[in-house]
Amino acid sequence: MLNYIIKRTLWMIPLLIGISLISFFIMHLAPGDITNNEASFNPKTSAESRQKLRELYNLDKPVIVQYGLWLKRMVKLDFGNSFASHRKPVFWQTTDKDGNVTKGMIQEALPITIIINVIGLIITLVLAIPLGIIAARKHMRWQDKSITLFNFIGFSVPGFWLSLMLMYWLGVANDWFPISGIRSLNHDSLSTFGQLKDTLSHFFMPVIIPSVTGLASITLFVKSGMLDVLHQDYITTARAKGLNEHKVVYTHALRNALLPLITIVGLSIPGLIGGSVISEQIFAIPGMGKLFYSAVMARDFPVVMGILTIGSALTLIGNLIADIAYAWADPRVRRGVIKG
Amino acid sequence: MNKNLLFKALNNPLSKAGFIIIVVVFLLAMLAPLIAPYDPDDINVKVILIAPTWQHWMGTDGLGRDVLSRMLFGGRISLLVGLVAVGISTVIGIILGAIAGYYRGWVDTVIMRLVDVMLSIPSFFLILAVIAFLTPSIINVMIVIGLTSWMGVTRLVRAEFLSLSGREFVLASRALGAKDARLIFTHLLPNSLTPIIVSSVLGVAGAVLMESGLSFLGLGVQAPQASWGNILTDGKDYIQFAWWLSLYPGLAILITVLGYNLLGEGLRDALDPRSNLK
Amino acid sequence: MKYFAFLNKQLTNRNAKASSIFLLIFLVTACGQQTQQISTQSLSKTYPTQPGGTLIDAMLGEPSGLISMIAGESASSAISSNIFNKLLKYDKNLDLTGELAESWHVSTDQKTITFKLKPNLKWADGKPLTSADVLWTWHAVIDDKTGSPYASDFQLVRSAQAPDALTFSVTYSEAYAPALDSWAGLQVLPKHLLENQDLHTTAFARKPVGSSYYQLDSWNTGENIKLSRNPSSVLGQVNIDHLVSRMIPDTSAQFLELMAGNLDSMSLDPTQFSRIVPARPKLNKTLNLYKELGNSYTYMGFNLKHKPFDDVRVRKAINYAINKQEIIDGVYLGLGINIASPYKPGTRWSNPDLQPYPYDPAKARALLKEAGFIANSNGILERDGKPLSFEIITNQNKEREKSAVLIQRRLKDVGIDVKIRAIEWASFISRFIKTGDFDVVVLGWSLGLDPDQYNIWHSSQQGGDKFNFIGYHNATVDKLLEQGRVELNPDKRQKIYHEFAKVLLEDSPVIYLSAGYGLSAIHKRVKGIIDPIPAAGVGFESEKWFIPEPLRRNEMNAN
Repeated sequence: MLNYIIKRTLWMIPLLIGISLISFFIMHLAPGDITNNEASFNPKTSAESRQKLRELYNLDKPVIVQYGLWLKRMVKLDFGNSFASHRKPVFWQTTDKDGNVTKGMIQEALPITIIINVIGLIITLVLAIPLGIIAARKHMRWQDKSITLFNFIGFSVPGFWLSLMLMYWLGVANDWFPISGIRSLNHDSLSTFGQLKDTLSHFFMPVIIPSVTGLASITLFVKSGMLDVLHQDYITTARAKGLNEHKVVYTHALRNALLPLITIVGLSIPGLIGGSVISEQIFAIPGMGKLFYSAVMARDFPVVMGILTIGSALTLIGNLIADIAYAWADPRVRRGVIKG
Repeated sequence: MNKNLLFKALNNPLSKAGFIIIVVVFLLAMLAPLIAPYDPDDINVKVILIAPTWQHWMGTDGLGRDVLSRMLFGGRISLLVGLVAVGISTVIGIILGAIAGYYRGWVDTVIMRLVDVMLSIPSFFLILAVIAFLTPSIINVMIVIGLTSWMGVTRLVRAEFLSLSGREFVLASRALGAKDARLIFTHLLPNSLTPIIVSSVLGVAGAVLMESGLSFLGLGVQAPQASWGNILTDGKDYIQFAWWLSLYPGLAILITVLGYNLLGEGLRDALDPRSNLK
Repeated sequence: MKYFAFLNKQLTNRNAKASSIFLLIFLVTACGQQTQQISTQSLSKTYPTQPGGTLIDAMLGEPSGLISMIAGESASSAISSNIFNKLLKYDKNLDLTGELAESWHVSTDQKTITFKLKPNLKWADGKPLTSADVLWTWHAVIDDKTGSPYASDFQLVRSAQAPDALTFSVTYSEAYAPALDSWAGLQVLPKHLLENQDLHTTAFARKPVGSSYYQLDSWNTGENIKLSRNPSSVLGQVNIDHLVSRMIPDTSAQFLELMAGNLDSMSLDPTQFSRIVPARPKLNKTLNLYKELGNSYTYMGFNLKHKPFDDVRVRKAINYAINKQEIIDGVYLGLGINIASPYKPGTRWSNPDLQPYPYDPAKARALLKEAGFIANSNGILERDGKPLSFEIITNQNKEREKSAVLIQRRLKDVGIDVKIRAIEWASFISRFIKTGDFDVVVLGWSLGLDPDQYNIWHSSQQGGDKFNFIGYHNATVDKLLEQGRVELNPDKRQKIYHEFAKVLLEDSPVIYLSAGYGLSAIHKRVKGIIDPIPAAGVGFESEKWFIPEPLRRNEMNAN
């Protein structure tokens, strides 16, 4: 098992290099760099200053040289500094000689995206597991069919459209939830409970929308897993032994049906991070998606590269953890019946 | 496609509904020039942002164009983007998957590592970056969605090939001296077609949603060409006022994607031997 | 809630129960925020001026830093202009007046300007603000290492001195008319905090110390920037205690926040301004709407290096063929005006004798015929077998896209085939504008208050990153622009620019489509806004605005 983990971890290095190479060349595929932003299209600004900026950031060098420079820094885990945001460090905070701490851009953005996605995932699971069980137990009956239809509608609805509709309905027409941002302006002066409530109410819409749209696949997964398990010999045996039906379903069947879910959750990480772009843009949430979108639009190359690298690394780690967790949870693998 | 499979899938009312939805949506889009009440590009600044009336069933947009007509013509673009994007990804997926699954060895390793790399990059980030850097247009949107979503098909085809190549009929024809190409095209590929079709149907649903999301960010099909995504985007600033500009295209996307998803899942169910267990 | 009760019945499993309880807690705690409602009657009462309160607005993007000579973007200067002062400013009628400077004097050879600072100026940290700070700021802006995009105006200064604490003088190699305007744009920075710092990395950019009405209170990345009143402001005390700028990147979300009463001011688009707000009683009662003519216009520009746009008859014909009133009505819902010179109408630089090209398709056809174009079998005009067909490119701006669509239709009427492409900004500039790889653009210029437009129209400003990307070359215009730059007498300057605008109109290198009004909504709780709007704009003297206590937000009283 340990060997396996080490091998998998080492595999991540060439994969990450491959990812960074693809990302870097895509980024430099088309013309346009940091000096082409809308602010610089002002007749009061001079062409010379733009050229100087380009030289400063090595943008005048061939792409392969720029990649070499980037890789050289990355070996030291130095993600560099943003072009567009007053040279803020891309990844982690730095302290200057006067003791001023400048937070890293990803350092600030990543936790927000992760928290929202984790809450979203928990809600999805909390809803999807019971729905999946009901659908499996009432297979082909009206409960199953209405759950399926409901899920499919959630799965097919354009998330940003639903977001706007909900924003209008819950935020403007009715004054129930805040529309954008992650906390109120007076957040700091609230009590601890007040702060919690404030944060949760801001997270409500951004969290509920991906949960609804993500519900279908997990429900379907639980349902088919349950159907699968419910027809297996040991369940039939358990029933034949006269065990309570609830006990059969919830202790024997459910555990086995949920096992593969670990993998699904691990594999869904890139989708969750990627899906945050539009939602964070609409709800004004300062997470990875919004950061990425503005970095792409501003051609802020170090930030784009940093996010792609971190996002990919997280995906790889997520997959690895999912595999390990699966192996650990599956008694057959643990006992060495199946090779990990 | 396997006819039995389709029939089996259509036994399920949900997939039947999906099939009907898709047929109707395609008919409407194809017949757009015949049934659209107005020219979709016909501007009339005297009737800007008119709510639905008998003259304009779905109201008018910011330049007084008839929304119903733009929806019908825009549907052609949205459906086309979905189909072509998935076509591209399926072709790439089949080729790479077939090569990997048939020849194995180091080719297989290289291709599968490439799949790993592509799957590890958050795909929407990748698509966003590529489209922004390539300048958005219908063609680019289709190509980029295609180029970033072939990995599933590759894995599928490879797995099918690996399992099929151990079967007797393949071993037999190989023993009889069949050439690689013949083996691939007459035996392996036709037998792995069904799962590919299922995954493609579901892929179209994803591509249609992707196009609308890109259009929302201003990176999809560009104005003045109509697509459901950009009609919706035009209307988003006035969602509380000109609701018809956001409601109808949103519903159109929802219904179409729903159709594809219902049909795709129905096909998958029908294909799945477990569904016979009940 | 019924739904969850139903679920609970179904689940006997303890874990599932626990997790649905978690969900319930989430839903319950998340529900129900209350905001206090202010009666609409109290909004329309009059109140005496009183200090306090918070004004909340929104911005689309985050400033990169608050040293605006480096940052360059409008989000940065919007914030930093509340923190820093300039030597000069524009008054109500757009004439220059002193801000940090008490007076200024231009030498008889027009090459030296001497500024006298007001006495006893102080930075927010209590240190004195002197001419040494101004001198240091000038050194910083022209420094190559700073790489300020605005350096060029200040690099024309041959020498600068600060002979005593209150005197600052600059000498130019030759008279430079836009000089005073440039000093009304440069924010003076504190030398004692920035000396020996790298301006590109200094923490000062996110923790500035200024001298103006406000100082930075907090900056929550990606969320908001809060400013609070600077008690030692050199310009006296401001009424409103706090300014909060929230970062909301999506315009629809911004408007929803405005509707929900969570923003006090926002700039609107024509549809929001003339259709949505007036149609909703609730908004009508809480928002005041303002429209003002800005220093900006939308134009259609030809690539003069491409045929047939080198032919003035073709340019004029296209000008006659476009119905500008239709664009103003259709795109701006009437909230724009037709212009004939690249200056804000009503200002002294705008030539009142010039008339815009009328909509006259017959004349357009005649001119095109004269230029040798004959309709082919498809109804498209042709010359020497080449059809008159081109692509209009524009950036992703709704108004510009719509204008292009209307132009396309009108040009089709006279037999010109037009395609349209809207391109995301960075690609638009780098791939098409910089390389000169385009036929026709629809774009806009937002200009300063000085009439100098050398960078846009002078023939030396072509190529690379420069702004005469349409390739305009006219010897008369070149000469007028050169004269205008060295003439400091306003009356003589006015004549020069009136003549310049006349030649430009006759030559038609661009077609002026419209000057749209700047539209904004401000909550009625904000009082003291000058009405009618002065030439300097609705935001003029916003330091005198105030929010009467009964109208303040509940939540903000906690601060």
